[in-house]
Amino acid sequence: MRFILRRIGFYLLAFWVSITLNFLLPRLMPGDPVTRMLSRSQQRLEPQQIEALQQMLGVNGGPWWQEYPDYLRRVLTGDFGVSISRFPTPVTEVIAQQLPWTLLLGGVSLVIAVVLGNLLGILAAWRRGGLLDSVAPPLLVFIGSFPYFWLAMGALYLFGVMLGWAPLRHAFSVGLTPSWDPTFIGDVAAHLVLPALSIVLVSIGGWMLGMRNTMIATNAEDYILMAEAKGLSPSRIMLRYGARNALLPSVTSIGMSIGFIVGGALLTEVVFAYPGVGYQLLAAVQGLDYPLMQGLFLTITAAVLLANLLVDLVYVRLDPRVRVA
Amino acid sequence: MSVLEVQDLTVEYVSDERSVRGADRVSFSIEQGEILGLAGESGCGKSTCANAIMRLLKEPARITGGSIRFDGHDVLDMDAARLRQWRWREVAMVFQSAMSSLNPVMRIGDQLVDTLRAHERISRADAWRRAGELLAMVRIDADRLRAYPHQLSGGQRQRVVIAMACALRPRLLILDEPTTALDVVVQQEILQQIRELQRELDFAVLFITHDMSLMLELSDRIGIMVAGRIVELAPAATIRDDARHPYTRALMGAFPPISGPRTRLSGLAEGVRFTDVPDLVEVAPGHLVAPGGAPIQEEAA
Ligand SMILES: Nc1ncnc2c1ncn2[C@@H]1O[C@H](COP(=O)(O)OP(=O)(O)OP(=O)(O)O)[C@@H](O)[C@H]1O
Ligand SMILES: [Mg+2]
Repeated sequence: MRFILRRIGFYLLAFWVSITLNFLLPRLMPGDPVTRMLSRSQQRLEPQQIEALQQMLGVNGGPWWQEYPDYLRRVLTGDFGVSISRFPTPVTEVIAQQLPWTLLLGGVSLVIAVVLGNLLGILAAWRRGGLLDSVAPPLLVFIGSFPYFWLAMGALYLFGVMLGWAPLRHAFSVGLTPSWDPTFIGDVAAHLVLPALSIVLVSIGGWMLGMRNTMIATNAEDYILMAEAKGLSPSRIMLRYGARNALLPSVTSIGMSIGFIVGGALLTEVVFAYPGVGYQLLAAVQGLDYPLMQGLFLTITAAVLLANLLVDLVYVRLDPRVRVA
Repeated sequence: MSVLEVQDLTVEYVSDERSVRGADRVSFSIEQGEILGLAGESGCGKSTCANAIMRLLKEPARITGGSIRFDGHDVLDMDAARLRQWRWREVAMVFQSAMSSLNPVMRIGDQLVDTLRAHERISRADAWRRAGELLAMVRIDADRLRAYPHQLSGGQRQRVVIAMACALRPRLLILDEPTTALDVVVQQEILQQIRELQRELDFAVLFITHDMSLMLELSDRIGIMVAGRIVELAPAATIRDDARHPYTRALMGAFPPISGPRTRLSGLAEGVRFTDVPDLVEVAPGHLVAPGGAPIQEEAA
């Protein structure tokens, strides 16, 4: 319990630091940040937009000790101001529209890659030097070494354009309205297959190799020999004694990956025109939509920290040794 | 009939450059309820023999000769399923690394239970109760069943492993330096417990150590190993009072530690040079010695 409270405290501190940096950065730029942004922006901005920008950055001309608490309050209540590229939609609303798609795409592909990759790794290590162990790692590393962009485009061209098996763009067909009815869900699934598959294909090799290597190290542990001497069944030794211990390091990397899901798989979303956070982030950068960028960055930061906290909680459940630490 | 009969057991560690004989034509037998000690300096092949008996040797080790019979059954001939049944049910082992032979993420109770349930049809609740009794047997409170290995002291962990080894009342218990990492008091306590358990459950023991005083205290018969070979095998009292082989005598401290034997001993770890230790000869009833101990001394010098 002490351990968990300490971790929560640590993450709160980290979050506060990132908010504060966000507040400080525009202020450290020479001159007035709003004018600078405006001068670089190609669009003409309405007076309301300029006001929104000033609002969001907390630069109303007041001294920082007045602006800072105000800024904190707005960030903590989820008020990131109004998007410039999609004026006058509030930033939070823009993010709320994109986030579910990113979570869906990232979540599905992460779960598949992690589960499948770890399973393959466990099996490869168990039958070390066997067929799976000799074929899968080099093959997956080979696939993973392709430039992702190239691979995704290739898949889109082959399955989308030439064979026509998969839809070409977006998360669902034009003309459908999001709802929970089976046709819509089926349509979403069909749009999900190709982008998710491309992510799984390039990331699964890493999971498999990581698991295989820890599992091989674990198999040399004394308690595995002991389990074998006890006459336990091979599957029990492999899972309960071997994999259960070998899983611990990969839990940490799963946590990192969960956090980064929220940032969106930028390339995937661009290639497949998938309406997620990554796609939006690119649009925000191109359109110099500072409020939206800031909102996205803080959301991503919060997600990374939250995911790591979750992993800490899970880790405590999985490894009795950290409970006392 | 003997519980265990090892005949000319030869184990080789094969690698690209060279192969090392971990055990070289080792022969001995253990009777029902007997404690056989196996002593010798580090690297002479004691653990190799122990692991070979349970067929636990891993690459690059290979059993290249000899036979192991348990109760008349050929151990080297058992298939995987038979082997799984036989292990722990008939022969259990406390590893040299007993402290790290417990799974760190499982409660010790669960590890005891899973040992019991791998071999007996028994409900979880009954197995848990039995596990508690086993802990009590090695004087650990039954409520420690819920503890994880890292929450126990080294000595407690060692005792848990001993309790685990006794769980199925095996016919043979192999103890590979069960107390090396412990202080003298705990060591005595644990050996005392092993002796009591052995009297109560009447299993045979293969006791491995390089501590000669412990060995003499506990064993009925003692085999002395050098570079993979047994050079002398005799009842404990004979080894103590009437050792014939120069190596045994050196080990017993019969010789004052003058420079001669010292240099000789330090050269023994290299297995390959001593593959020509001759076979044992019976010099008195039950007392076997490799002849020509003295020439070894000259060879090595
Ligand atoms: N995996 C291995 N690969 C190669 N050689 C090995 C391997 N394991 C053991 N050996 C060799 O086999 C010989 C016997 O080793 P073993 O572990 O049986 O010694 P031991 O008598 O148990 O020593 P200790 O008292 O230190 O435990 C040693 O010379 C060692 O170098
Ligand atoms: Mg050893």
